[in-house]
Amino acid sequence: MTPLLVAQIGLTLFVFFMLLNSAAVMVYVERKVAAFLQQRLGPYLVGPKGVLQPLADVIKLMFKEELRPKAADWFLFALAPIISASCAFAAFAVVPFGAATTFFGLLSEPVKLQVADVNVAVLVIFAIASMSVYGIVLAGWSSNSKYSLLGGLRSSAQMISYELSYGMALASVLVVGNSLSLTDIVNGQSGYWFHVLPRWFIFLQPVGFLIYLTAGVAETNRAPFDFPEAEQELVAGYHTEYSSMSFAMFFLAEYINMVTVSAVATDLFLGGWHGPFLPESLGWIWFLVKVGALLFFYVWMRWTLPRYRYDQLMSFGWKILLPVAVVNLLVTAAGVLYFGM
Amino acid sequence: MTLFYLFGAVAVIASLLVIAQRNPIYSVLLLIASFGALSGLYVLLDAPFVAVTQIIVYAGAIMVLFLFVVMLLNAPHEETEHDEKVHPLRRPGPMRLGAVLAAALVVELIWALSRGTSETGAFGEAAVSSVRALGRSLFTEYAFAFEVTSVLILVAMVGAVVLAKRDPRAHS
Repeated sequence: MTPLLVAQIGLTLFVFFMLLNSAAVMVYVERKVAAFLQQRLGPYLVGPKGVLQPLADVIKLMFKEELRPKAADWFLFALAPIISASCAFAAFAVVPFGAATTFFGLLSEPVKLQVADVNVAVLVIFAIASMSVYGIVLAGWSSNSKYSLLGGLRSSAQMISYELSYGMALASVLVVGNSLSLTDIVNGQSGYWFHVLPRWFIFLQPVGFLIYLTAGVAETNRAPFDFPEAEQELVAGYHTEYSSMSFAMFFLAEYINMVTVSAVATDLFLGGWHGPFLPESLGWIWFLVKVGALLFFYVWMRWTLPRYRYDQLMSFGWKILLPVAVVNLLVTAAGVLYFGM
Repeated sequence: MTLFYLFGAVAVIASLLVIAQRNPIYSVLLLIASFGALSGLYVLLDAPFVAVTQIIVYAGAIMVLFLFVVMLLNAPHEETEHDEKVHPLRRPGPMRLGAVLAAALVVELIWALSRGTSETGAFGEAAVSSVRALGRSLFTEYAFAFEVTSVLILVAMVGAVVLAKRDPRAHS
């Protein structure tokens, strides 16, 4: 076991642990922010200011009875939450979150702050996102309940529709960044224009960023696009029949997907770990700040905007978002060709 | 080499199970598993781009539509109990055609396999793994095949629309 291998394994475990924790933190933040927006206090009983509330929730979920409908397809019913959760964790594996570091000289050669450096990282994220649809669809079908089935069908239709715009937004960044590797794309965003403006791709791709954010919200099934679980119509959508830890896995997957979408947005549009004041080795602090800001935006949006109507969502995705994304990609490609960037 | 045999075995077994399954949902899922194994084989061939594209296009997009249709039709079992006892060649029209096509495919496979594997792929190693080289050859050398394929898909789409369209005269 070389020190490099140990560092790599440690890094992998660390990322896994932090993703689990980020879900817990996000649950707390979501409830607190929602409470403030609605002039309530939010959780305040468990621990100081209620910070231990997510822990209490986890314990409650663990000790709940695991129920399975009699008419359910037991194999797929058990498989669906596993697909959802593992896809959520897998997607983060190719996301870099800091510059290569030696951990203050502990290692002989620098190790990348990324679980796996794949040269087609952006496409891997896209592929895993497209696979995560199966978790929701199979959950809806195998439950053998009308609410679950409708939730699953809605969700798959929504995710397929928005995946196209999502892919187009990614493609336009790839054209500007001239690479499929997330590390290369982040490194292409270092430095400044005219010594003031950071060289982030959001300034080259403002439309692409907006498309990415909108499609990202739809992909993660968050409000105002949370149709798969529209309470008033579908009880709880695809996870109506789930309880205990299998429900917790869907819950976990939703929050981790939010973190992943925000982290990828940070890498693609907001310059990743590049920022002023801090040295390159502490760049991960900037990364955390940017991801945190995006996550706050997510929560803020959920508690501010009402849910769309389903047909509005579909016509918005196909008739507005997709054409805009295609035109954006064409203009970007033409611009890159003309200016020879 | 171990990985090659592992992925190969998964691909073959999953593909066989696809046609052996009675439940179409499981058939779809096994086909996805088979595509996943194929994508693993592409990774072993040092073509990560092709591997990821395989997942995105086939496992991610096309199979979701398959699953969608199977779920909407809600057909948990194929209705073949009656036909099962009849010999494939004595079944009515379309089924006989299927048997003939399957026989032709088997003959072709045997012919292709007996020819040996002296020919290797036209691509060098670098060409497959580089997205730039792949795109260049796709839009120059193979441009005709590429464009013809898109026309083929367009024809299929028009055909599907025509078949699915309700006859306006049937209403009145």
